Amino acid sequence: MKRWANIEDRVIPTIFFLILIFIWELIVRIGLVERFILPSPSDILKAFPKIHPDIWKHILTTIQEASIGFVIAIIFAIALAIIMDNVKLIKKAIYPLIIVSQTVPIIALAPLFSIWFGLGILPKVVVVILVCFFPILVSLIHGLESVDRDLLNLLKSMGASRFQIFKLVKFPASLVSFFSGLRIAATYSIMGAVIGEWLGGKSGLGVYMLRVKHSYALDKFFAVIVIIVVLSMILFKGITALQKILMPWEHSQNKK
Amino acid sequence: MNSYQKNKISIEGVTKSFEDLLIVDDVSISLKEKEFVSILGPSGSGKSTIFNIISGLMKPDTGKVYIEGKEFTGKTGRVSYMYQKDLLLPWKKIIDNVSIPLVIKGETMQDARKKVKKYFEIFGLEGFEDKYPHQLSGGMRQRASLLRTYMFSKDIILLDEPFGGLDAITKSKMQSWLLEILDKLEASIFFITHDIEEAIYLSDRIYILSDRPAVVKEEIKINLPKPRHEDIVTTHEFNEIKKHILNLL
Repeated sequence: MKRWANIEDRVIPTIFFLILIFIWELIVRIGLVERFILPSPSDILKAFPKIHPDIWKHILTTIQEASIGFVIAIIFAIALAIIMDNVKLIKKAIYPLIIVSQTVPIIALAPLFSIWFGLGILPKVVVVILVCFFPILVSLIHGLESVDRDLLNLLKSMGASRFQIFKLVKFPASLVSFFSGLRIAATYSIMGAVIGEWLGGKSGLGVYMLRVKHSYALDKFFAVIVIIVVLSMILFKGITALQKILMPWEHSQNKK
Repeated sequence: MNSYQKNKISIEGVTKSFEDLLIVDDVSISLKEKEFVSILGPSGSGKSTIFNIISGLMKPDTGKVYIEGKEFTGKTGRVSYMYQKDLLLPWKKIIDNVSIPLVIKGETMQDARKKVKKYFEIFGLEGFEDKYPHQLSGGMRQRASLLRTYMFSKDIILLDEPFGGLDAITKSKMQSWLLEILDKLEASIFFITHDIEEAIYLSDRIYILSDRPAVVKEEIKINLPKPRHEDIVTTHEFNEIKKHILNLL
């Protein structure tokens, strides 16, 4: 029964997706929309050999920017979450500011970064850090807050130090929440790098998209979008796999 | 017998209120060596507050806590207690969960595991060392939780409605199991419950607490012969005690 449900979960969205692609193809084929306005799925597929091998350089640049930014965001978020969890005053002071900061559209800030940090890799990394930082921080803080009070009291009654309580209970208890933030941030990271590149630079998927857009090669443009989606999905799955390795107890719990 | 030097635990004149609400009012109770003493009272009557004060998590407004004659008011790290919730860490195997008190005291995980291992047989947990808590039944988890409490302080154990979350059948099995195992452990036990039969069945002495604020209404000595069996609950003496307590509450 459960196995059937699993297959069903995979098969239904796949079939639905294929139907959508088919309708799209049909609309373009029968000429409802002009090819240069919207390329058909088969056109996009045919664009891949055209962008190979040029595209690899750009993919590498984007991955590099995204991963550097992602790692820095993780480090900052963990550090700040620990500080905020331990010093309530800092949490009270900073937390509202951080939430308000999320209302500032990153796309409006990004041009400023190229003025401040030049056209190299740095402004892109900054964008990635900004978009990744928030979901990681919020999920981690939420995780640290929601640890069972009785569990903390139990360890306190045993005379555990704050560090021991953090190591034995708080950190592992917040891992589930931390990983869900990490998954969201991972998908944002590629997008963040592309937004950064969109505003200028020598290489990267965003730069490449801008170029093909200017030459009206929309089939190539869409091909790059597919690449971005695939890269984000790989990262997403990678984080999920990492979680399964690092948290074996969760895995076996779900299986039951 | 009455001087507190011979007491494992004695609390004297303890009062505690939260935001003007008096929870515990001038309570003095004691626990002697190898004694099983129940604190019986209605739910929400401040029984758990008394345990929080004994374990040092809370400071009483007035009154003092003595453990083996030394003052421990507001000091943690001497006695720990076991809750209704098993509070096992889901990410640690049973053996590592049970080792935690020793690790907190500064032992390495390996040493702690070795020390803990030999108690698995006594506690009926053999073969469950490398399982995660969610793989165990509620009763088995409470055994592990008791073993962890025992590893922290072997001479004094505080139990706060440890079987309150179990179904009636498992609960009565766990009660017999507890009596059996206590024979081997030689520990002094403070036991919180709101279950009258449970208190009589297990205890040497019972303190009856009133509804909030908690005041000791009466101290009852249970002179039923030991070892006790489950069918004791049907005897005449047992029912006389039960009637008496019911009248008090």
